Amino acid sequence: MSIDTETAARVAKLARIKVEPADLPALASEFNTILGFIEQLNEVDVEGVEPMTGVTPMRLKRREDVVTDGNQQKAVLANAPDAREGFFAVPKVVE
Amino acid sequence: MSALNSLTIAAARDKLRSGEITAVELTEACLSAAEASGQLNAFVHHTPEIAREQAKAADARIAGGDAPAMCGIPLGIKDLFCTRGVPSQAGSAILNGFRPQYESTVTQNLFDAGAVMLGKLNMDEFAMGSSNETSTYGNVVNPWRSGNDDAALTPGGSSGGSAAAVAADLCLAATGTDTGGSIRQPAAFTGITGLKPTYGRCSRWGIVAFASSLDQAGPMAKDVRDCAIMLGAMCGHDPKDSTSADLPVPDFEAALTGDIRGKTIGIPKEYRMDGMPGEIEKLWADGTAMLKDAGAKIVDISLPHTKYALPAYYVIAPAEASSNLARYDGVRFGHRAKLSQGDGITEMYEKTRAEGFGDEVKRRVMVGTYVLSAGFYDAYYNRARKVRTLIKRDFEQVFADGVDAILTPATPSAAFPLGSMAEADPVQMYLNDVFTVTVNLAGLPGIAVPAGVNAQGLPLGLQLIGRPWDEAELLNTAYALERAAGFVAKPAKWW
Repeated sequence: MSIDTETAARVAKLARIKVEPADLPALASEFNTILGFIEQLNEVDVEGVEPMTGVTPMRLKRREDVVTDGNQQKAVLANAPDAREGFFAVPKVVE
Repeated sequence: MSALNSLTIAAARDKLRSGEITAVELTEACLSAAEASGQLNAFVHHTPEIAREQAKAADARIAGGDAPAMCGIPLGIKDLFCTRGVPSQAGSAILNGFRPQYESTVTQNLFDAGAVMLGKLNMDEFAMGSSNETSTYGNVVNPWRSGNDDAALTPGGSSGGSAAAVAADLCLAATGTDTGGSIRQPAAFTGITGLKPTYGRCSRWGIVAFASSLDQAGPMAKDVRDCAIMLGAMCGHDPKDSTSADLPVPDFEAALTGDIRGKTIGIPKEYRMDGMPGEIEKLWADGTAMLKDAGAKIVDISLPHTKYALPAYYVIAPAEASSNLARYDGVRFGHRAKLSQGDGITEMYEKTRAEGFGDEVKRRVMVGTYVLSAGFYDAYYNRARKVRTLIKRDFEQVFADGVDAILTPATPSAAFPLGSMAEADPVQMYLNDVFTVTVNLAGLPGIAVPAGVNAQGLPLGLQLIGRPWDEAELLNTAYALERAAGFVAKPAKWW
């Protein structure tokens, strides 16, 4: 599998990271190096093997379905780059 | 008497309890050492006010006669841990200015035990790196130098600041985190001891997430005993982390008898890599002989899927990172890019992330995005998770066959010069974790113990891998190795 600049641009878009067109060939080349390394996994016989979901066998704890936290608007917004009137502010999303 | 900042935790604890020293004196000695260590670039945020306040409280508690072992012990905290009101940036520009409104469980546990925070320690950005060269704060410099060469060496990564700070006696011990070797590799590069506990032993709550199924916090300290003492204070069940184990915390220090007679130590043949430097090969053979002399039975073992651990890791870790790092969007915390006229929310995300993330982080987030994308999920991500199952099974098999611990080198080389990997492709850097990454994939405890120096006087470490949840026995085996190796070298102070 070889990654071209078009695929690199698509991946950057999916990851929401702006990449200048001039940087795409180098990025594609790095992807190819890394994916080439990963390709080794194809040598392994994984027939009938379950994909690991959790490394330590344990049952997730359960608790009462009740509210245990809240009323922390000030703390939640304290680090926001732009907070107004108790909300996170972002550029206009809907026309 | 040697400087207070060069004490071990155990020695300081005994002197504090006997009244020979105070926590305030001990803390002042460390603060002075940390302030004078700018050339190492290990401490990136100093917190002297907090340290002095905590030291005073510790002295009062010690005077009361009922202080835990960590009471009054000055620590450095890796920047990955969220500490209330104190910058916590994970070494990234995207978290510029971020001051958490909460305290991570591990640091809270340490503070509850009376520990003192000197400041935050440098690290690779989001813990992605093996040389501490991806940090927004700049490189950390290893206090060790190669012979008479004054070229700056890497302290390893990602917990490079923690390793350098402990090795240079800027603090008594430090917190680290380990996703693929980030405690053990830097510990080996700096001649200190670092333990990655069993996955689930320490709560991950409040630690900036990299790869959630692999991340685990642990102690980085001057010796095995200090790791045992500090681990006891760090770990324990936490309802805020659903993967935190609800198991009793044993007295790890009490397990340190040094008696390993009758224990079985496995030597995995797959760790004998092509092109392994002679000094590493010799260290491994020496360590094996030491454990044998201490009464352990040495057996050759096979972990057949070892070769596939790094490739599996470089699917799973980036996949999880791409998901975890989606939260850095310029909305809730940290950096937001300056927008141009007409830019919408997508441009805000894309510019913010392009400006805030460094190259290695971008690379891994995008690799993760790719392996999770439609059409490739099965070929890459699911296959890697199946290989992970097989890697864990390899270990289960040898433990079922009666092996108590596994001895391997910690790293494929001694510390290398900063910048020397700049022209190499990313995979070359990833190979640093070849001996450590299997342990994360299998969720096991692993410890790096300094066991010798190379011809240039640089420290070299060995790794011991233990059974899940049996850190106590692992620490005891490490203690026996430490006593036999008798590693006492320290870096000559130049900074």
